Amino acid sequence: MAKLESNFKNMFLSLFTICLVVAALLAQVNKMTAKPIAEAKAMKLVNAIREVVPPFDNDPVAEAYKMPDGQGDSLTVYPAKKGDEIVGFAVNSSSKNGFGGNIQIMVGFDTENKIVNYSVLQHSETPGLGSKMTQWFKDTTKPNQSIIGRDLSAGQLKVSKDGGNIDAITASTITSRAFLEAVNKAYAVYKESDADSDATNKEEKGESK
Amino acid sequence: MSNNLKVLINGLIKENPIFVLLLGMCPTLATTSSALNGMSMGLATMFVLVCSNIVISLIKNLIPDKVRIPAFIVVIATFVTLVQMMMNAYVPALADSLGIFIPLIVVNCIVLGRAEAFASKNGVLSSFFDGLGIGLGFTGALTLLGAVRELLGTGKIFSMTIFPENFGALLFVLAPGAFIALGYMIAIFNKLQKKTN
Repeated sequence: MAKLESNFKNMFLSLFTICLVVAALLAQVNKMTAKPIAEAKAMKLVNAIREVVPPFDNDPVAEAYKMPDGQGDSLTVYPAKKGDEIVGFAVNSSSKNGFGGNIQIMVGFDTENKIVNYSVLQHSETPGLGSKMTQWFKDTTKPNQSIIGRDLSAGQLKVSKDGGNIDAITASTITSRAFLEAVNKAYAVYKESDADSDATNKEEKGESK
Repeated sequence: MSNNLKVLINGLIKENPIFVLLLGMCPTLATTSSALNGMSMGLATMFVLVCSNIVISLIKNLIPDKVRIPAFIVVIATFVTLVQMMMNAYVPALADSLGIFIPLIVVNCIVLGRAEAFASKNGVLSSFFDGLGIGLGFTGALTLLGAVRELLGTGKIFSMTIFPENFGALLFVLAPGAFIALGYMIAIFNKLQKKTN
C-alpha cells in the first residue's frame, strides 16, 4: 500500500482514528486496573497501620476521622480496636521541614501515651543519610536514639542538640528535627483523640444498636 | 534471519543507546541508584520500545508524513500509560521507587528516535528485533550502571551484601556518583569495542 498523501483530509482522519482507537484501549485497561490499584493503595495504608499499633480486629480505615492539629491543618487518625476496646491510635502525620521537602509518617500510640512504633510513608531525604530515619528511631538497642516506648506526656521530643534527649541521625539533624516535629504533631492530635475516645465509643455503640 | 540478528546485535553493542549513542541520559542517571531500579526502568522502556516499534511499522503507511510525529507520540504515550497502570496495580512498591520516570518514558528520545529512524522505514519483523536489541542494550546498560553504583555505594548488588555497608562510598548512590560511574563505564566500553574491532 502506498503512503497516504499529506492533505488535510488524510491528516485529520489518520490522527483522529489513531486517537480514537487509543482512547478506547486505554479506557478499557483503566477499567481493568482501577480495582487492583485501589486495593494496592488500601493495602499499603492498612499495612502501615498494622505495623504501628497493637494487634486489632476492626477496620481502622473505615473508622478514620480527621482532627485539627492546631496549626490550621488536620491529621487523619485511625483508631485500632480489639472487640469494642480501643487498643491504640495510628496518626498520619507530616512535616514540611525535611531536608528534601515533605516527610509523611504513620505514628502509633497505645492508650497510655506511649509510642508503639512508626512507619515512614513518604519522604525525599538524601539516600544514605536522612533516609536512615526509616530505621534509626526504631533501634531499641540504643535507648538514646529510639523513640519506641517513649511517653510524650513528659514533654515534646527534641534532638539532643536542641536540648532534648534523642540522638539525631548522624549528619542529618534537619531530617531528625522534621521527623520529631511530625511525631510531636501526631502526639498532640492523639492526646485529643484519646481524651474523647470514651465518649465516641459510647456514641458509636448507641448508633449501632 | 541473519539480517534480523544483525539488527539485534546492532542495538545491543554497536549502537548501544547508553554507551555509544548517549541517548536517554535523564532516566539513566536518575533511576540507577540500585541494580533493581535500573533493571525495572530498562524493562519498562524495552516493553514500550518493542510495542511502539511493532505498531508504528504496521501503520506507517496510514500516517501522512506531516503528522507522523504527533501520531508516533500518541502511540508511544499509549504504551507508557499501559505500563504505568499495570505497574501501579501489580507492583506498587516498584512504581513508587521509579516515580515520575515511568511516565517520562514518553519523552525518552530513544523510543521516538527508533520510531522515526527505524520503524517508520522498515518491516514489522525487523522493527521488532530493532526494538528488542535497543531495549536489551538499554536494560543491560542500566542494570550494569545500577549494579556498579549500588556496589560502590552500599556494598550490595540486588540487595545482596557483598561487603559491609560502612565501606561504601555514599557518593555513588547520589547524583554525582551517577555521572562518575557512567563516565568510566563509557570509557571502558569504548576501549573494549576498539579492541574487538
